[in-house]
Amino acid sequence: MNVQVEPAKLKAKDFASDQEVRWCPGCGDYAILKAVQVALAEMGAEPDNTVFVSGIGCAARFPYYMATYGFHTIHGRAPAVATGVKLANPDLDVWVVSGDGDALSIGGNHLLHVLRRNVDVQFLLFNNEIYGLTKGQYSPTSKVGQKSPSTPQGSIDAPVDACTFALGCNARFVARGIDIQAKNLGHIFKRARDHKGASFVEIIQNCIVFNDNAFAHFTEKSAAEDTQIHVVHGERLIFGAEGNKGLRIKPGAFELEVVTIGEGGVTEQDILFHDETNRVLAGLLVSMKPPEMPVALGVIYCDPAPSYEAAVREQVEAAKSKGLGDLDVLLRSGNTWTVT
Amino acid sequence: MNLQADPSKNGISETASVSDTESIVVRFAGDSGDGVQLLGGQFSQATALDHNSLATFPDFPAEIRAPTGTTYGVSAFQIKFGSREVKTSGDTPDVLVALNPAALKVNYKDVRTGGLIVLDTGSFTARNLKKAGFDVDPREDDTLGEYKTLEIDISTLTLEATKPFEVTQKEALRAKNMWTLGLVYWMYDRTTEATEKFIALKFGVNSPVANANIAALRAGHVYGETAEVSGDVQRTHVAEVEFAPGEYRLVTGAEALSWGLAAGCQLAGLDMTFCSYPITPSSPILHILSRLKNFGITTFQAEDEIAAACSAIGASYAGNMGITASSGPGIALKTEAIGLAISTELPLIIVDTQRAGPSTGLPTKTEQSDLFLTVWGRNGDAPMPVVSARSPSDCFDTAIEAVRLATKYMTPVFLLSDGYIANAAEPWLIPSLSDYEAFPVTHRTEPEGFLPFSRDEKTLARPWVKPGTPGLMHRIGGIEKADGTGNISYDPNNHQKMTNLRTAKIDGIAKDIPLQSVELGNETGGDLAVVGWGSTYGPINRAVANVLEAGLSVSHIHLRHVWPLPSNLIELLSKFDKVLVAEMNNGQLLTFLRSQTRQDIEGHLKVTGQPLTIREVEDAIKARVRN
Repeated sequence: MNVQVEPAKLKAKDFASDQEVRWCPGCGDYAILKAVQVALAEMGAEPDNTVFVSGIGCAARFPYYMATYGFHTIHGRAPAVATGVKLANPDLDVWVVSGDGDALSIGGNHLLHVLRRNVDVQFLLFNNEIYGLTKGQYSPTSKVGQKSPSTPQGSIDAPVDACTFALGCNARFVARGIDIQAKNLGHIFKRARDHKGASFVEIIQNCIVFNDNAFAHFTEKSAAEDTQIHVVHGERLIFGAEGNKGLRIKPGAFELEVVTIGEGGVTEQDILFHDETNRVLAGLLVSMKPPEMPVALGVIYCDPAPSYEAAVREQVEAAKSKGLGDLDVLLRSGNTWTVT
Repeated sequence: MNLQADPSKNGISETASVSDTESIVVRFAGDSGDGVQLLGGQFSQATALDHNSLATFPDFPAEIRAPTGTTYGVSAFQIKFGSREVKTSGDTPDVLVALNPAALKVNYKDVRTGGLIVLDTGSFTARNLKKAGFDVDPREDDTLGEYKTLEIDISTLTLEATKPFEVTQKEALRAKNMWTLGLVYWMYDRTTEATEKFIALKFGVNSPVANANIAALRAGHVYGETAEVSGDVQRTHVAEVEFAPGEYRLVTGAEALSWGLAAGCQLAGLDMTFCSYPITPSSPILHILSRLKNFGITTFQAEDEIAAACSAIGASYAGNMGITASSGPGIALKTEAIGLAISTELPLIIVDTQRAGPSTGLPTKTEQSDLFLTVWGRNGDAPMPVVSARSPSDCFDTAIEAVRLATKYMTPVFLLSDGYIANAAEPWLIPSLSDYEAFPVTHRTEPEGFLPFSRDEKTLARPWVKPGTPGLMHRIGGIEKADGTGNISYDPNNHQKMTNLRTAKIDGIAKDIPLQSVELGNETGGDLAVVGWGSTYGPINRAVANVLEAGLSVSHIHLRHVWPLPSNLIELLSKFDKVLVAEMNNGQLLTFLRSQTRQDIEGHLKVTGQPLTIREVEDAIKARVRN
């Protein structure tokens, strides 16, 4: 007989598999991997109930390094595979790991549908604005002018903003973090896991080989405080090295502007509160870009709605509660005749 | 339920003479909005209830409602019924019912010489004749000289019959199909009772629309009776077939296939997750299964074909029986995902309801041209089993076989049907689930000695572990895996080994399927073997039966397992002087068998979007074998 023993609390290293990690030295993925492992340990996640599903790309190797269940699938299709996993077993804690090419180029359609259906998965999009595994071509998030092996004269494609896309897909949870900000990421991961439904997390990630310092203008320590705003539900949207910058609605316009408290008659009372259930505000926040505006980080939008697989399960259970199907009866339904 | 003709119903007297005949082919044709498929379905049901053997062939355009009166908007339904076992929907109609000039134009040349054409003259307006492309009214020149015609103003008679009811003119005219059905019921000595029940159920008991349709149905029936039909039309009775005892129903291929998948899952002890994307002619499977949630079946209409295949794989990974279904172009889209299922060795069933290709091809027309796609059409060395159903009812057993192979060997399986099988109906001796041997699946739960890519000695299948099982966490993926551990491996020797293992696993299935037998003819050989697969079973079988009666040395060999081939097939074929493959494609099984046997094999190949006829197969045989 099994004796129920309270399991020893797992540590981050208990979530690390025995496989050697094969990302480039200095890759932002290492920090994200560590942050996920720490967060899972802190949340008391169970490795045997946790599944990591990925597509193709550097980020997609993630499942191999986790001591959980893992499925490294095909390019762009991880959301579809993850949806199937949740349909079959809604109790599993499913994480999807993807990159900007995987999620927004070849897999854009599946990302759209996993978000609008609100399947209860955590979708982590590692955005480094470049194709890494195929050796440095521009990606759907690359800036116009990006020089790469396939765009020697510079990219002419207008990029897609990942969080704006997610909001447009009617995602009910949208957050953004930076690979090197482990503590903030840990907080986001916890919120994402607690959120029932699809949780979309964009993680700004530095590709040291093909797109190094693409985000340095707001991730560098010296610039960070004035170019990042860490949003917290119910708190004012204040940031800056001096803690005196804030966001308000620009008078006479439907847009945000950065103001300095104490200048031009602006007081703290003028600064907006962050309301993570406000979709319009979320749309304004995710589209802010430096240098004019700070980059919004943290849980930008969270407004839960019933999750898809739960509704699917409900229909199946409702049908079963009216009487389990009997195949022999089914085959004999409708017009039959008997030959004696 | 046994509905024998009751002459007291609908005021029919016994005065009309009824002749007996062995089998009859009737084709109904009209505009796609005329309700021809409904008419055909009801006539099939009544025919089955009168204990005739039958096979049907619904043939309709891809357009939902093509412009009225045009030839490309013509929808047809053919049925062959008889007092001996019917194996095809018939080569040439004995009777054509044409509800407008376009329907006549498209179909009259198929009618046998001396056959009967019933025309709705109410629809023969100058405008409709022009739309159909008749310069001269075909009733007025010798266009229809070879046939008997019965000209009735069905439109007007329908309007008259429905006058007492509060229905719009449009609703009244829609009952034209029921008036026609009533007349045809009279022609074949059938009652209207079952259809009256159907109408009441469909439109609501005593609703004006129901009453109008029933009145039209009865009016058509009475019309035949009251001597308004000329002496050209003989009332015909087709005697009951001596069916084996048991309970029967009509079943379409889509129904039998869906129910077979459900049965297979029950025999395996698995819940089904069915993931699909709408496509003609595969969609009915999704519709049927979505109503079976009380069987623990989850259906998922995915965003595209790729997502449908991938979500089915995800469901199988999580421990359910993941199934996806599509037709030609959709199957092409699923190809990469199928490779993933092969590489990760997960069970999966892909139903391919084949249609005419390439590309979009002819969506509503039948073909069996996906054999290369299913056997060979993937990147890398990617073997997987392919099974193929021969008839609507055979879909049931073939679907069960697909579930058995997928779960026993941890492999995706192709289950082939086609547009003809999917839509056609035939009588079916209803089986019981207890007739089938269960093949319960055990998901591995024992952590001791677990390796995700260890193998069962007999089947070479790897263990199936549900995520959520304590102590068995592991990672799988499409990158080559090290034998045993499943860890990523780029080792050259390992890749060779894994390729060999995947191949050996599928090849080994040949030992687990029945030896190839001869359907008709002689197991020990002869002048000619006609080899077929899929829905060509009926015409080939009847053609071979006919030439056997004529004394030719011919046998019929029919493949259910397209890959791997039965282990004795090559030897069996070698016993025949000649081998003829008859199929609805440009030579796929032909090329495939040549590659496997190196025997000199010929082909009878047809890609018209129409099923093979008995006559053409007979001719193909006779061209190769002398008496």
